[in-house]
Amino acid sequence: MEHEYAIQVRGLRKDYGRVEALRGVDLDVRRGTLLALLGPNGSGKTTVVKTLSTLTRPSRGSVVVNGYDVTRRRNGVRSSIGMVSQFVALDWLHSGRENLVLLGRLQKLSKTNATRRAAQLLERFELTEAADRPVKTYSGGMKRRLDLAASLIVTPPVLLLDEPTTGLDPRSRAVLWAAIRQLLGEGITILLTTQYLEEADRLADQIAVLNDGRIIARGTAGQLKQGVGRERVAVVLSDPEDFRRAGDLLVGAGLTRDPETRTISLAIDGPSRVKHLLDLLAEHGLAIDSLSLTKPTLDDVFFALTQRASDPPEADPMPARREPNDELGALR
Amino acid sequence: MTSQTQTGEGVARPDTRTKLYWAINDNLVLIGRHLGHLTRSPDQLFTALMLPATLLLLFRFMFGGAIDVGNTAYVNYLVPGILVIGVTMVAVSTSAAVQSDMQEGVVDRYRTIAMADSAVIIGHVVAAVVRAAISLVAMVGLGIAVGFRPAGSALDWVLVAGTLLLFAFSLAWVAAVLGLVARSADGASGLGLILMFSPYASSAFVQPETLPDGLRGFVEHQPVTLVVDTVRALLLGLPVGNTGWYAVLWWVAILGVAAPVATRLYHRRYA
Repeated sequence: MEHEYAIQVRGLRKDYGRVEALRGVDLDVRRGTLLALLGPNGSGKTTVVKTLSTLTRPSRGSVVVNGYDVTRRRNGVRSSIGMVSQFVALDWLHSGRENLVLLGRLQKLSKTNATRRAAQLLERFELTEAADRPVKTYSGGMKRRLDLAASLIVTPPVLLLDEPTTGLDPRSRAVLWAAIRQLLGEGITILLTTQYLEEADRLADQIAVLNDGRIIARGTAGQLKQGVGRERVAVVLSDPEDFRRAGDLLVGAGLTRDPETRTISLAIDGPSRVKHLLDLLAEHGLAIDSLSLTKPTLDDVFFALTQRASDPPEADPMPARREPNDELGALR
Repeated sequence: MTSQTQTGEGVARPDTRTKLYWAINDNLVLIGRHLGHLTRSPDQLFTALMLPATLLLLFRFMFGGAIDVGNTAYVNYLVPGILVIGVTMVAVSTSAAVQSDMQEGVVDRYRTIAMADSAVIIGHVVAAVVRAAISLVAMVGLGIAVGFRPAGSALDWVLVAGTLLLFAFSLAWVAAVLGLVARSADGASGLGLILMFSPYASSAFVQPETLPDGLRGFVEHQPVTLVVDTVRALLLGLPVGNTGWYAVLWWVAILGVAAPVATRLYHRRYA
């Protein structure tokens, strides 16, 4: 029996005591596609992955992975998934090869098969040279690669990746991205969580945005970015009165005002519009202290989304966290 | 039902065998993992041997002269107690090992594999028993080197080993429970310390008759004393009486509680 969707989640809720981590999540991931679950820290991404991987039980709702229900058919789910959690899940005292052989044997491979498979995976993830050193001597990127290799020993139909590139340097990130694309090419269904809009943009067929335990938007990267523009300009006006007046004066897509840093940021169509903006501010005698051009960040997308949503974003304003727009853009 | 995804390279295919075969396989694989740790960081085992060795030398040569244990030389009285302390030491380290496993996420990986869940804790416990056996051999050797002259028969030695390994097995399960309950590494070693001290408040170093009443009541009846007394009687060729049976009953009972509790806790942790 083939299912069109490798992952189907309906009305998933999860409470930890009185804390509601998930408040009704629906997800569908079509076979052979990658869904990126995008959200800030604490939005519930890891809880979704833990539920899909049988590490935690849903409080309510139904979760079906590869046709198996996660509460009733745990072993079916476990045989269908590979998982890379946020924390490297390996034995640090053992070598990379020993880790892979051990995990292969726990997945019902004979000793010979497990050894052969380990060698293949080490080769594929460029770890052959370090294969016989203890994992504790590996770099962060090597550990992640080994972790990914460990989840592919018995090629799973579904792969769950929880923030696989968080904390990695640009090169390791690029290597991991390439590996993920190759796996997609092999027909594996992938659910990946990330805090980086650019990462979702590069890899995902579909993006679901998770905030405070709810999906607040879904679509392709292009659709999500519509509200925030392809480029943004941010101006800082340190004079409080100027900041207030500029805020009233300027209008634009995805306009955000941050009173703390006295920064106003908005979407622009192209660099030529910057002159426009400067002229407008100068006409009104408003002095700016600095100006910068940025790519839209997750915060910008969130702001645009929460503003558009019919129910106003409750209490919790977006954390004033601006991901540095690092190499992600440069690598395009 | 499962769709096998074809990869360009050779696809690893699981063998098909019985459930029991795989349960045993999983246990052996994880026991192997922990035995691997022994050779990978021998310093840990070395540390675990240092304490009983130091105590043996300390009591043999410094304090022993001041302790009167009746008919036998103090070193003969002492070594059985040292054996128990050595075994306790390596069994209790299970709590820290279990706790760090839970912390480091390697268990998350086991939990997302369709394998015998029980193997995770059993692997730790059996490794503790192997460490206990190593500790026993080392302490008997050191004991004989400093004048220990046992009088037990070959059968007595077998019974000694059996009693102490049962003790190690049960105690390791208790330590595993503590490791599962502890929320931090410090917590785990703190809780482990309670177990670690249990042989000190036993008949390991001194005869309980010399103790004040309240303490004496506890020391005479606590289960570690039963183990020490059994091992001592067997090694010195003295009558064991019912002490041996009580010791076995106690530790089987403790095992009967600790093993299911540990298993439950392991499952519960991810509710």
